[in-house]
Parts: sequence; structure tokens; C-alpha cells
Amino acid sequence: MAYVPLADQDHELHDPHTFITKYVWSQDHKVIAIQYGGTAIFVGLVALFLSAMMRLQLGFPDTFTLIDPSSYYQAVTMHGMIMVVYLLTALFLGGFGNYLIPLMCGTRDMVFPFLNMLSFWVYLLSVIILLSSFFVTGGPTGAGWTLYPPQTITPGTPGHDTGILLMLISLGVFIIAFTMGGLNYVTTVLQARARGLTMMRLPLSVWGILVATILGLFAFPALLVSAIMMTFDLTLGTSFFMPAIMAAGEQLDYNGGSPILFQHLFWFFGHPEVYIVALPAFGLVSDVLSTHARKNIFGYRMMVWAIIAIGGLSFIVWAHHMYVSGMNPYFGFFFATTTLIIAVPTAMKVYNWVLTLWEGDIRLNTPMLFAIGFVFTFIHGGLTGLFLGNVVIDLPLSDTYFVVAHFHMVMGVSPVLVLFASLYHWYPKITGRMMDETLGKLHFWCTFLGTYAIYLPMHYLGFLGVPRRYYAMGSTDFIPESAQALNANITIAAIFVAVAQVLFFINVFWSLRNGKPSGNNPWGATTLEWQTPETPPKHGNWGPEMPVVHRWAYDYSVPGYHQDFIPQNVPGDFGVSEDHDHDTEMKSPQDAQ
Amino acid sequence: MSFYKNVTSKPWEYSSPTIGTGPESAFELPSERIALTIFLVVVSVIFSLLAVTYYLRMDLGDWVPMADPSLLWVNTGALIVSSVFFQLARNTAQGDNFSRSRALFMTAGLFAILFVIGQFIVWEQLSANGSGISSSAASSFFFLLTGMHVAHIIGGLWVWSRTTFRFFNQTDLPSVKLSIELCTTYWHFLLVLWVFIFAALSNT
Repeated sequence: MAYVPLADQDHELHDPHTFITKYVWSQDHKVIAIQYGGTAIFVGLVALFLSAMMRLQLGFPDTFTLIDPSSYYQAVTMHGMIMVVYLLTALFLGGFGNYLIPLMCGTRDMVFPFLNMLSFWVYLLSVIILLSSFFVTGGPTGAGWTLYPPQTITPGTPGHDTGILLMLISLGVFIIAFTMGGLNYVTTVLQARARGLTMMRLPLSVWGILVATILGLFAFPALLVSAIMMTFDLTLGTSFFMPAIMAAGEQLDYNGGSPILFQHLFWFFGHPEVYIVALPAFGLVSDVLSTHARKNIFGYRMMVWAIIAIGGLSFIVWAHHMYVSGMNPYFGFFFATTTLIIAVPTAMKVYNWVLTLWEGDIRLNTPMLFAIGFVFTFIHGGLTGLFLGNVVIDLPLSDTYFVVAHFHMVMGVSPVLVLFASLYHWYPKITGRMMDETLGKLHFWCTFLGTYAIYLPMHYLGFLGVPRRYYAMGSTDFIPESAQALNANITIAAIFVAVAQVLFFINVFWSLRNGKPSGNNPWGATTLEWQTPETPPKHGNWGPEMPVVHRWAYDYSVPGYHQDFIPQNVPGDFGVSEDHDHDTEMKSPQDAQ
Repeated sequence: MSFYKNVTSKPWEYSSPTIGTGPESAFELPSERIALTIFLVVVSVIFSLLAVTYYLRMDLGDWVPMADPSLLWVNTGALIVSSVFFQLARNTAQGDNFSRSRALFMTAGLFAILFVIGQFIVWEQLSANGSGISSSAASSFFFLLTGMHVAHIIGGLWVWSRTTFRFFNQTDLPSVKLSIELCTTYWHFLLVLWVFIFAALSNT
């Protein structure tokens, strides 16, 4: 028999039997997704705790003796790196990518299940290496998440020897894990889709994850290269990034390196990284909005091309992070222009989300609330980005809290709201039970209003000129004392939001046992993952018959059909029937509940 | 199926299901080959970035060029021979002559190992001559570029050893055939990459 990869096999697979092969060394994409997700959320909670430490210091300086300048900088650094790389990237691609790609594409598993399993374990290793830096002498690195040399490895910076080394190794290991996973995601989407599932019939979730993965495959090499070169500078005494420099009154053994080179490499990774996080969020939120508005996504093809355009453009805007580092004015002009251009496809997406909601049959359940919340936070975060993209406005604002507010709104809060929308939306598929709506809505309003209470005032602090990255303001003439009152309020809001997340975890664990059984398709969704014979799907996903796809992913409220959705695997053309008055005929499973 | 036709279609218009039995694929190639191609693109990105940093650093004014060790020519020869043997092994495996293919395949790997040993000797010589990794920017880049390349050869050798092992087991020969093909592609790629690196290193 010719060699057939697992994902393409027609016959049913044999379940793994032992506990170890089923839940630990599992090659099943669903188990790997949960392993990825669980690890990412755990490490994200560590980062959340670190942000609470930072806020306590900023809101109530001189109150907590536990937090000294070094531990403050270490908290800043680890919070940033964990949230961006180890939580968001891993949860969107390793978690949702793993869970949804084979199910949405109608395959039995990823194309390379063993590589997939390896990807998770290597990721776990990178997390362990990262967290171990909390326990070494000198602690984790405190160089800021951007790890700019030369201060990263000069004496005086917290964790300038062991901490930074562990960070660099951990990043390298993470990139290896990501590459293994990424090859899998791309190949599975390109090569193993169910019969009839053309690229333009894919749900936008898959498009977002696919393009984000491709971005990751192209962007992470820049981080890998800079991590390797910096490791050489640190351990072997090379001078790739290190100029001739004095530290603590002594001439260090470096000569002639270029710190700016590191910044270019870092942001060549760092900017696409923003979209590695954002594109899966764009995709997932499109599907959640469309499903709960009972309407097809507005401008599907435009959405796909916008995802691709954003992906392409994201590689030529990186230097807008470096305006204050100084550059040829023509470069600044170029990067400001590209930055503003990237707002065009992004704005198209926002319009299309809003137009999807327009005259929709909107169900304001928890996933929908989070999805609509995302549209709000993303617009607000995106608009401040338009200001910061211009060189002359960026220069005075770059080192203030305005930037902190901007990037937290646009790539902190917004993707996290999508994560929650997606978790509430797909939880019934993952566990077979519904989450509690009351707790969910309470969680939403606390989170949504709370984040505004945190980040809206921060914009104002930025206008006042309150500098970011400072451990304490000290006596500063140009900042009024009321700024400190605002800071204290922000801290209270931040602690409130952090504590409110307990509602989510209670809901997750409580519903696992006590949630209402969901059935296969509680939301009345069209995409393939809701059409599995069992919920949660068994190993091999589809039972004996592989699904065949007959239509695109957004046939909601089609006139003439007896339900307000037509699953992708239902054959037949219902669009031309004129006998039925669809307003009275259509039924939605959500109405029945 | 045309990829272009696919992505410009109007998905909301109903069309009858596609004919055929297999899954939808964008390319009529084994998934392993697709994955390898993507991986080679990723490796190209890594080395392009290294090349960019190398040329940027060279422009900084205090650049002192270094002489390339002549042993590199011998190593290059070993890598070329290795690549040729991989190609021969692939060709004979296509003709289902597996015992001959196995010998050629193993020889190919041995020449690659010779290349790696040769590179280690070069590093040893340079360090002994006072051109160690931290002695100058040029030698730092020399070690970085050659080291990254050797790391990729060693990764390839790991796959090569697994394939050799499967060759001896004689089980799943069709999949061995695919592995040989992919190894051959990878080695040709690494040879071309090496030629570029060698040219860049000589051009200081």
C-alpha cells in the first residue's frame, strides 16, 4: 500500500488505550491542544501576578518593601515576554490552532502527529527553562521584554548573567517548538482538507491561524538569529551587538558591535509578532460574531485578502518601534507611511465585523459579548496606533504611559477578549457541556469595564508626560500630584480585574461537571467542528465516514431552509427556493434552549 | 485544481461537490515534501538575516578582513561529493535497486560527516592561530555562519541515520524512498547554501 499520512487516512483509527498514551504522550491534536492551552494559561497567570506586583508599586509607592527596583524591572520584563510569546502565541496557535485546524478542515488529525506531540513537549521545556530563571542567583533578566543590548548584559542590570542566558535559551527552544508546530499547521491546511473544502470555503479562523503561522515561520528566525548572536556576546565574548563600553568604571572586553542592529532584528520579529497574535484573534472573532449574529460574515473574500495583506505589510513596518532610536529621516517617512497603510486592511476588517452585526439576529450570550467587546477595545487601541505611527507624534509620546495604554488596548486586552470569546464559544465542543451564562456575563462586564478603568486613564497619564518603565516618579515638577491619585485608581481597577478572572476559572471547573450537556451543535453553527458524531470528538474525530463539504462556512439564515443555518456538510442548493416564508420557518437551536 | 482559481472563487455561490475521493490538496505532492519546502524557506530566512547583519557590520569602518583557511576548499569538495552520492542513491532507489541505493546513501552520509569533521578542524586551526571567535568581528561572523551551517548538516545527519536504520529493517521501502528523496533535496540545498556562505566569507 502506498504511504498515506494519518490525516488523510479514510479508515477509523485505533484509540490509544493506556492513560499515558492517551493523556500524556498523546499524538491526538485535541489532547495536545489542551496541553498547550493549559500550560499557556498557567504561565499567563504567573505573568498576571507579576503585573499585579508592578501595579502595587506604581499605585502605592514606598508601601511594599518586597518590591525593589530590581524586582520591579524583572516583573516588567517577564510579564511582557510571557504575555506576548508564551501565553498569546502559544494559546492561539498551539491551543486553538491545534484544536480547530483538523476539526474545521475535516481531517482525522494533523498531518504529522508525532511532530505535533514533540512541539508541545519542547514548548513545555521552554516554559520550564524560562520559569527556572526565577530561582537562579540574580533572578530573571530585568532588561525589558525587548532585551536591548548593551544594558541587557552589562553589570547593573538584574539577571545580566544567568537570567538573560536562560531567557535566550528559552526563546531558542520556544522557536524550535513553534517551527515544528507551524510546519504541521500549514501543511495540514494546505494538503489535507476534507473533500469539497476549498481554500475559499475555509472558516476565517483557519485563515487567521494559517497566515499567522506563516508570519511566525518567517519572523521567529529573526529572534532566533538575534538570540544566538547575543548568547555569543554573552558567553563567548564576541561583539556582535556590544560596542566598546564602560560599566561600573571598568572597560568591558567588547568592541565595535552595533546595538541598533539588534533593535532592527528584534523588531523585524517583534512587529509581525503583533500580528501573529492578532490574526488568529481576527479569525476566531469573525466566526464567533457570524455564528451569534446568525448572519454570514460580511465580505468574506475581503476578510481573507485583508488577513493576507496585513500579514504581508507587517514585515515592512518594524522600524516604527525605533523612531526614538534615531534613523535616516527618509526611513522614518517610509515606515510611517507603511504603518498608516496597514491601517487600511485592518479598518476594512473592523467595518466588516460591524456590518456583520448590522441587522443580525444577535444573541447576546457570553461569547458574543466578549466578541463585541473586542471590537470596541480594538478600535480604541487601533486609533491611538494611528497617532503613534507618525514620527513627530511618537517622539514625545514614545516613552510615556500613552504607549503602554495603546499596546495594552490593541494587543493585550483585545486578543484576550477574543480568547475568552473563543473559550466560551468552543468550551461545549471541548468538554460536551455548556458554561454558566450568569457567571460568564458577570465575568465579561467585570473584565470589559475593568480594563477600560485601567487603560483609559493611562492615555491621560501619557499626555501629562508620565514616563513609562520608571520604578518610582520621585519628585517631578511637571507632573501634578493628581497623577498619583489616578495611578492609585488604576491599581485598584487592575487588582479588581485580576481577581475577577477567578469567576472564569470557577466557571470552567464547575461546568466541567455541572454544566448543561451541550449536544453536538449547541450554537447552531455551520462549520465542520460542530458536525462531529460525538462531542467531545473521539480520537480520529469523524467515526467511519469522513465529512464531505458542500458549501462555505457562513450559510446562516438562508431563506427557504428549515433552520437558520446550513452545516457545511449538508448537500443541496437551498438559495433559490421561493415557496417558504423564511421568517416563520427558520428555527435555531439557540431558540429552543 | 488551480490554486489561483480556488482563491478567487465566490464561495457563497452554491456549486456541486467536487469530484474525486481524496482530500483537497493545494499541491499534488506528498505532505512531507511540502513541509520540507516550507522548512527550507525558513532556513533561507535565517541565513538571509545573518547575511544582512554580516554585510551591515562590514560597512562599519573598523572591519578587518581575515584570510580563509585553505582547508575550506577540501571541505567544500567533501560536501559536493556527498551531494552527488545522495543524488545517485535517489536515482537508484527510483529504479527499486535498494541494496545498491543503500550503499550509495551511506557513502553520501559519510562524506557529510567528513565535511563536519573538516569544519571542526578549521575552527581548531583558527583558534590556534589567534583568530578565535572573539578575536575580531570577521572571525566572529566566520564562526557564526559556518557554525549555523554545520548545525543544519548535523540535523540532516540525524534524519540520515534514521533513514539508514530503516533501510536495514527493510520494512516500509516506499517511505524510505521518500526519505531518500527529501534527504537529497535537503543536501543540495545545504550545498548551495554553503557555496553562498563560502563566497560571502571570501569576499571580505
